[in-house]
Amino acid sequence: MGAAVLSVQGLGVATTRTPLLADVSFTIDSGERVGLIGESGSGKSLTALAVMGLLSDGVRANGTVELAGHEGNLLERPEREMAKIRGSDMAMIFQEPMTALNPTMRVGAQVAEVMRIHGTEPSKAAAKSRAVELLDSVGLPDPANVARSYPHQLSGGQRQRIVAAIALANSPDLLICDEPTTALDVTVQALVLDLIVRQAQERDAALLFITHDLAVVATVCERVMVMYGGRIVEAGPVTEVFTDPRHHYTQGLLAASDLSMPDGSRRERRSLPTIAGSVPGAGHFPDGCVFRNRCEAATEACTEVPTWHDRGDGAGYACVHPLGADSSSGHGARDD
Amino acid sequence: MILPLVRRFGVLVASVVASSLVVFAFMQVLPGNPARVALGLNASEGAVERMTTQFGLDRPLPVQYWEWASGMLTLDPGIEYISKAAIGPQIADRLLITLWLVGLAMALAVAIAIPLGVWMAVRHRHADGVVLTAASQIGVAIPAFLAGIVLISIFAVRLRWVPSDGWVAPAEDPVLFAKSVVLPTISLALVQGSVLARYVRSAVLDVLREDYLRTARAKGLTPMQALWRHGSRNAAIPVVTVMGLQLATLLVGAVVIERVFVIPGLGSLLLDSVSDRELLTVQSIVMVLVVAVLVINFIVDALYLMIDPRLKTGAR
Amino acid sequence: MTQPIEQEITRSRRRPINATLIVGAVLVGVIVATAAVSLVWTPQAPMRVLSTEAYQRPNAEFWLGTDRLRRDVFTQILLGARTTLLVGIVAVGVAALIGVPLGILAAMSAGWFGQLIMRSNDILLAFPALLLAIMFAAIYGGSTQVAMVAIGIATIPSFARVTRASALSVLRTEYVTAARAAGRGPVAIAVRHVLPNVASLVIVQASVAFAIAILAEAALAYLGLGTPTGQPSWGRMLYEAQSTLRSAPHLVLIPGIAIAWSVLGFNLLGDGLRDYLDPKLEDR
Repeated sequence: MGAAVLSVQGLGVATTRTPLLADVSFTIDSGERVGLIGESGSGKSLTALAVMGLLSDGVRANGTVELAGHEGNLLERPEREMAKIRGSDMAMIFQEPMTALNPTMRVGAQVAEVMRIHGTEPSKAAAKSRAVELLDSVGLPDPANVARSYPHQLSGGQRQRIVAAIALANSPDLLICDEPTTALDVTVQALVLDLIVRQAQERDAALLFITHDLAVVATVCERVMVMYGGRIVEAGPVTEVFTDPRHHYTQGLLAASDLSMPDGSRRERRSLPTIAGSVPGAGHFPDGCVFRNRCEAATEACTEVPTWHDRGDGAGYACVHPLGADSSSGHGARDD
Repeated sequence: MILPLVRRFGVLVASVVASSLVVFAFMQVLPGNPARVALGLNASEGAVERMTTQFGLDRPLPVQYWEWASGMLTLDPGIEYISKAAIGPQIADRLLITLWLVGLAMALAVAIAIPLGVWMAVRHRHADGVVLTAASQIGVAIPAFLAGIVLISIFAVRLRWVPSDGWVAPAEDPVLFAKSVVLPTISLALVQGSVLARYVRSAVLDVLREDYLRTARAKGLTPMQALWRHGSRNAAIPVVTVMGLQLATLLVGAVVIERVFVIPGLGSLLLDSVSDRELLTVQSIVMVLVVAVLVINFIVDALYLMIDPRLKTGAR
Repeated sequence: MTQPIEQEITRSRRRPINATLIVGAVLVGVIVATAAVSLVWTPQAPMRVLSTEAYQRPNAEFWLGTDRLRRDVFTQILLGARTTLLVGIVAVGVAALIGVPLGILAAMSAGWFGQLIMRSNDILLAFPALLLAIMFAAIYGGSTQVAMVAIGIATIPSFARVTRASALSVLRTEYVTAARAAGRGPVAIAVRHVLPNVASLVIVQASVAFAIAILAEAALAYLGLGTPTGQPSWGRMLYEAQSTLRSAPHLVLIPGIAIAWSVLGFNLLGDGLRDYLDPKLEDR
């Protein structure tokens, strides 16, 4: 594990009317694989887009985002300079392989393009042959033939491998994956996951892995951050967070997931428990602790934004009534 | 790519035949003898009878249809009932004028609409984009002939920069040609340009929302580069359809504009033939316009095949 | 996983009424009100030649002036609104009443019959409204009735197309499969499931077609192939005013604005309805 590649401090994102993200801070070292989890609408993808500088018109980010090898705050860089960083030093794999590729362009050309944009390959021909090599390295059979195909002629898994090839082409220092396997068949998911992890390791890239699938985080990542309501509510090593959660939201996520329990036993139950209520729409989260309207432990004290309790080594949580520390909150008991 | 093209060509031929039957049949539903209609109620029985035999209007309909249709194919549908002038050459001369008008108007409309539409889409959250979009909505609502009349009143009547009507062939005098054609062209292009710009806007907006455009930006393209390299071809697919429809609309819209500016194009010939009750001429002109529309549709289909690779392989 | 998607749809269905829709409804409302007023009151007797000066500018007695034949322009505008709406309603009515059932029929009959309907539709599509109206006028002579029927017939294909596309997507849904499995007949499916689901698109199409019909009628009247002299029509007023463009420009401007106003109104209404009814929203 090396030096910090990505450092995010106090990142906030808002439209003119609604705040969407607040006070998001984390760092990722080179070679480190960090998961970002939470329900849909919790702000995971927005965090990724803010780091990439790909927020849509009318949505603004503040705070600092620093990438190793680049002076200063990325959020303050003009678009043209950000374009130079994107695709070379940081890259992203998106959720929907079916729509992430241009339907009217051969996939080989789409892979070659990212090397031509950044001048990684000296000529069009060189980029083309390198593209075929890349397609081979992401495990596509008959890569020369695939390069000549259009996206609609390929399966979802094949397309996601191509999207991965595009992201990996220039060996980025930071690779962001936004639910890269959610849209894929279960049988293909493991293969693509394996590919991403292996390729990131080969390049010693920092990996930010967004998913709502806790099992995926458990296999892929070393560290995990739990997001809810546009805030990071808990973070730490995967084993620590998953076995000994402090935040009630994390506990709810774990209870609702099919993940095996730390003691190795799968809990006996007929149906998965869910977290009470549903994720509010953007801008409709309560003030103070964003989870308090769905939290059974919430009290008057939760109307203040909870402070971040550092557990050391990048781990910590933001809760006034943390689990474990206060056994009277009776975690887990309610399910039986 | 060849096979679907052949298939579509077959559809074109079948459509031309079917529509020629429709046009022919339509003109036959006319109450009474066509010779009587052409000559008017005051004509003598003898004159009507003479004309009926001369034009063979009493022959069986299939024979009449065949004569007309085969005549159309050889560009010689016959002669006019009253003036006895040959219809083919007249249509050819007039069509040339209309094509000038339509071609120039379409070129101007495209030249206005594409940059304007892209601008409106890219700036759709900003004041200038919203204002332009609203303005284009007003442009759509102004009929071409109204724009023509207003333009005449300003540039021909008040400022006297250009003539208010008439036509000079380009070969005859290029300067006078330009002067005679500028207002009609603008009148036609203003409306069609506004319509097209709105379609370009929504096509570009659709493309801007596409995931692959975000992928393109994640690769390191600036927004405009991404739009140009990855968006233009995809946005062109719906826009080409509209352009085809617009060419058809322009051909017919030219009928009205030719009347406003007193231009001796195909539209004027059509209207004169309607009022002179030269039904064979009306029938032939309508057929020419319908064939033009069908051919335009065919060309649009062919362009699709070139733009969208998904159609080539037949997969979706 | 389906829950957030469902939420999103219901959320956008309940989208607030947009500005486009309001402006469009107001513009159309004014035309409707104008036409309604003309039923009970006009400043002067309809189309009557008055014993006053011709070519008067707008003034206290004649709010919008008088024309070449010494008729009150305001009265003509009021009556013209009626003609405009009548043409639109009849043309759109003809087109919808024929086009919508044809579209549903084409969608529901997969074989040669559906093909036949759509092929005939494509051929009719090659006859633009104005051209078809000119053909009708050549045979039956020019009149408001002929114009609106011709425009209506020419508008059938657009309704049939929109309906068919929409009906096809409804027919692919699971609840239709369920209804079929439950033994419901095709007519019941068409009436209970397809029709309500294509209704919103048909309404949008009707608004847009209304605008096109107004434009076509105005052009026909201008060409002397639509509403004849002596009957109120904005297009006709434009034609009559063109020769006196220099001396009385208001005679062009007033009916011109009226036409543009109503076309703009129906276009905006259509756009606004589309945004309001279509869950696949266009953010602007």
